[in-house]
Parts: sequence; C-alpha cells; structure tokens
Amino acid sequence: MSMSVTGRAWIFGDEVNTDDMYPGFAMRLPMAEAATHMFHASRPGWPALVRPGDIVVGGRNFGLGSSRPVPLLFKELGVAGLVAEEFNSLFFRNCINYGLLALTVPDARELITEGDQVCLDTETGRLVNETTGATAQAVPLPGFLREIVAAGGIFPQLEASGRLRPATEH
Amino acid sequence: MADTLIVKILRNRSGGTPLQAGDIAVCDVDLAAIIDIQFSHDRFGDITAIHDPDRVAIVMDHAVPAPSIRDAESGKTARAFAAAHGITKFFDVGRHGIVHQVLAEQGLVRPGMVVACTDSHTCAAGAVGAAARGLGPAEVLQIVCTGRTWYQVPPTVRYELTGAPHEWVNGKDVFLHVAAEYGAATSQCVEFGGPGLDQLPMTDRRTIATQGAEIGADFTLFPADDICLDYVRSAAPDAELSPLAADRGAEYADVRPLDLGRVSPMVARPGTVINNAGPVEQLAGTRVDQAFIGSCANGQLADLEVAARILRGRQVAATTRLIVTPASQRIYQQASRLGYLADLAEAGATITNPTCGACFGYHMGLVAAGETCITASTRNFRGRMGSPDASIFMASPATVAASALQGAIADVRELEGIRP
Repeated sequence: MSMSVTGRAWIFGDEVNTDDMYPGFAMRLPMAEAATHMFHASRPGWPALVRPGDIVVGGRNFGLGSSRPVPLLFKELGVAGLVAEEFNSLFFRNCINYGLLALTVPDARELITEGDQVCLDTETGRLVNETTGATAQAVPLPGFLREIVAAGGIFPQLEASGRLRPATEH
Repeated sequence: MADTLIVKILRNRSGGTPLQAGDIAVCDVDLAAIIDIQFSHDRFGDITAIHDPDRVAIVMDHAVPAPSIRDAESGKTARAFAAAHGITKFFDVGRHGIVHQVLAEQGLVRPGMVVACTDSHTCAAGAVGAAARGLGPAEVLQIVCTGRTWYQVPPTVRYELTGAPHEWVNGKDVFLHVAAEYGAATSQCVEFGGPGLDQLPMTDRRTIATQGAEIGADFTLFPADDICLDYVRSAAPDAELSPLAADRGAEYADVRPLDLGRVSPMVARPGTVINNAGPVEQLAGTRVDQAFIGSCANGQLADLEVAARILRGRQVAATTRLIVTPASQRIYQQASRLGYLADLAEAGATITNPTCGACFGYHMGLVAAGETCITASTRNFRGRMGSPDASIFMASPATVAASALQGAIADVRELEGIRP
C-alpha cells in the first residue's frame, strides 16, 4: 500500500469532535449508512459532496471525544488521508489502527485552501500543495506505525500473524 | 531518576527502562475491558486465541437492555465470546453498569495497573492511580489477542491542590474550573497532588479523572494515598496494594496551584468544556427542558444522594423532565435500599436502569431541536444527546437537581430549606 496520497482538500475547523463526525444515532446503522451522517452538526450534507481520493484537513484538537471508529466512516466515503494541525491522540491512534493515513502539520490551514490539490506522504512527513506549490515538512510517523498503515491497519496485521481468521462477513 | 506518576507506571509495565516524555513504551496491559457495542462492529468471532482470559473483562453498558435487534445481536455475540474463551469477568445485564464504575467497584482496577478499554472515559481509573486511557476498538481487540500495546509518554501537568472545597462543590465543579481556566490538555497527562488531596473523596476524584478526556488529556492521574487505598481495599480485599505517588523532583511541563476553596459551582456552556465554563451565577435563569444525572462521571451513589437530598419532599418543575441513571446495578441497589430512588421518583424524576444511554444520545432521553438540557454527564458536544439543534449545559448533580426544581439553571446555594 502506498504511503503517499494526492487528493482534493476539504477544510474543517478547530475542535471538531467525534460526536459530530459519527453521531450517536448513527452508531446503530450499518457503516455505509452511518457514513452519510458524518459532520451532521457542523456540516450537514458534506458526505454527498466528498469524492473518493479526497483529503480532509482539520484544525487544532481534531477528533476530540470518543473512541468510536470514525476512520471506518472516512474510508467508507473514500477519503484517502487526513491532515490536522493537532490531532486528539485517541483519534490519531484510531486512524493508524484502521489504516487511514494521518499527518500532523501545525500550520496546515495557512498552506491549504479548500479545493487545493494536496499530496501527503507519511513516510517522509512531507506535504505538498500542488495547487500553490507550498510545502511543509512534518515529523514522519515512527516506523512501527508506518507498518500498521502500510498493512491496512491492525486487523490485516492480526490476520497475517494468525491471531485473527480472515474476515468472514465484513 | 525522579519520575512523574505516569512515567512510574509505564516504566514499571514496560520492563523498567527509564522513560521520559516523548518516548514510546510498549507495555503489558493488566486489564482490557470490552463493552457491548464493540461486538456489533468488531471481529471478536474471528479471534483464534486470546492472550489471557484473566486479563479481560466484558461489561454490558452502552446499549442495555438492548434497544434494538442489532444491539440484541451484539449481546448474544458477547455472551458467546465470553463462553468460548473462558472469560469469567463478564458483567451481563443485572450484574452490570457503566464499565468504569463496574471495574472500580469490583476492585478490577488498582494502583499501578495499565488498563485499556474502548471507551474514551477509561481515564476514570486514574482516580485509583491506574494508567488508563481510551483506545479504539481495533486496538482493544489487538490487546485482547496480544496482551500488550504502546504508549507515547506524555508530558505531565500537575495541579497542586490546597484548601478545602466549599459545601455543594463537586468534582465536576473542580474539573470545570480547571477546564475554564487552563483549557485543553491535548496529549498531556494531568496529575493531581498536594495537601488538598485529603479533602477530595474518591467520588470527586473519579468525576475529575473521568472528565479528563474532555480536555483531551491522555491520562488523568491521582496518587494512591490512604483515601485511595482504603477504597480499593474495600473493593479488592485480597489484592496486594501499596502507596503510589510521583517522585519528589519529577519534571513537569507545568505545575499549577489550585486552591479548592476558590472553586464555586460551575456551569459549562453548550459545545465544549474547554475555556467555556463559568460560575453558575452567569447562567442562572436559563430555562431547561431536560435535566440529567448519570453517566460514568456523575452517576455514583454520592451523586444520587445529593440529588435525593435536594429533591426530597419537593417537585420537579412542570416544564422540566428529570432523568436519573445510576451508574451501576450495585449503585441502583444501594440507592434503592437507602431510599434515594423513592425520594427521586416521588419528586417526579424518571429513574432508568444503569446504562450509558442518555449521555451519548443513544437511547432513553434524547433531546429535540430547540430544547435545552442541563446534564451532569460527561460531554456537552453539539448533537451529543440528540438533535444538533439542542443546547447542552453541564454542571454538578446538585446544580442539575436544583435546576430541575426551578425549571431553569439554578444556584443550589440559594435554595431555601436545603442544607449541604
């Protein structure tokens, strides 16, 4: 799996929380349907606009809140990666563990405007705004986290090690 | 080497190598707790072998008794998983409660342990000096299989407590005071210490530790002092226990004095607690449609006791619905025996079974567009408890009970004929 993705950017604000991304009522729905309710409080209707390969850019404290598996909803919509000025650590771990690229870029919203074409590489920590030519160098992910992302998340790793039988119905 | 509390615990559980903030520690996890809703998405049925059934607990809390067929199926999967892997620490409906409350009252979380659970308020066990944090569902499943995970050692901010809290002041007020004054603690450990600790009972510590997730802290830790050890000993009489505290001279990102005597009843405004709470006077008079006392933060026996004391012989305002959810079956039993549930019910409160239900807007007590709720639960995010167009204020159980009486946000200190 490639550690680098390029896509169209969507800009979100500070302190966007998990209950906004994945509302409680959606937790009783199948994933595909739950994903249509992402950002129901702050940006209703957004899931209909996003295209596979897009990149979501957040501000400070992105993903504050609960442990619900929000990265699965992003993946359901085809979002290729996340950039945030600061991630909530539980949310960040969740992204890695479900195989969703995530990179911390402290001045992301100064470098990226909504709609820009952005390339991010978790291996090198490099972000390139292909629309404007602006670049940023973030701290790359530690090797063992890159391995999790490259494997597609924890479940494929557990399958490879024989601890988990191949998915039956998921 | 002088260690902070978190460094001490993570170091001990990762082989003893010295650690400092920023280091990655791979730790043995002493207890991994699985909750009911995890069985609806996750692949427990595909696990070939678990690491150690004694280090796994299953607690039914978020969606019980099952409000949907999907949740009923999760319960069935949970029971089958427990049976298949010989997990005896299984707390099914009727012996259940909110996971953090159950783990504490069963003595399953103790000082120095590393605890994992797929609920963000797992940090609650920091009240007993355990390195506990919420982790994602996939990671908890991995820990169930391997018995280990990694932590990045966070920098620690220490609150040096002095003084004694005023009557009516709850751990919720202390927490909201900190969140209002200092804001976010993203990826930090928040540690409490100092002479004022003696004035903070375990229930208040539990509320504070639980709410650490709301300011984005990785861990919220209290030392294992006499008050803590007495509590844990009563829950786990056979466990080997010893005091646990940060070393003198440990390095902190910041040390902040906190005079508990300066804390007054607080209310958080809707949206977040971060830099968004103030003394109750600022918001008194705001009309409320619903009032909620419950959750892992404030569904404890002491919380029900104070609410019962305020409501005894009185009536909830006709325009307000009061919902009370004991945090566990054991609390429900105790509150029933002590007469608190009768006092609350006679005052017009609706008492639910123990569950996370209303706190996360899943079942029993959602709010409609345009409605206002004052809650003693964990979170006041927009849309958390129902419609994104409802407003959620957060306060202590005493303030919520007083507000339910008045039908509007009220200062409990001004109620006549009620003593703290």
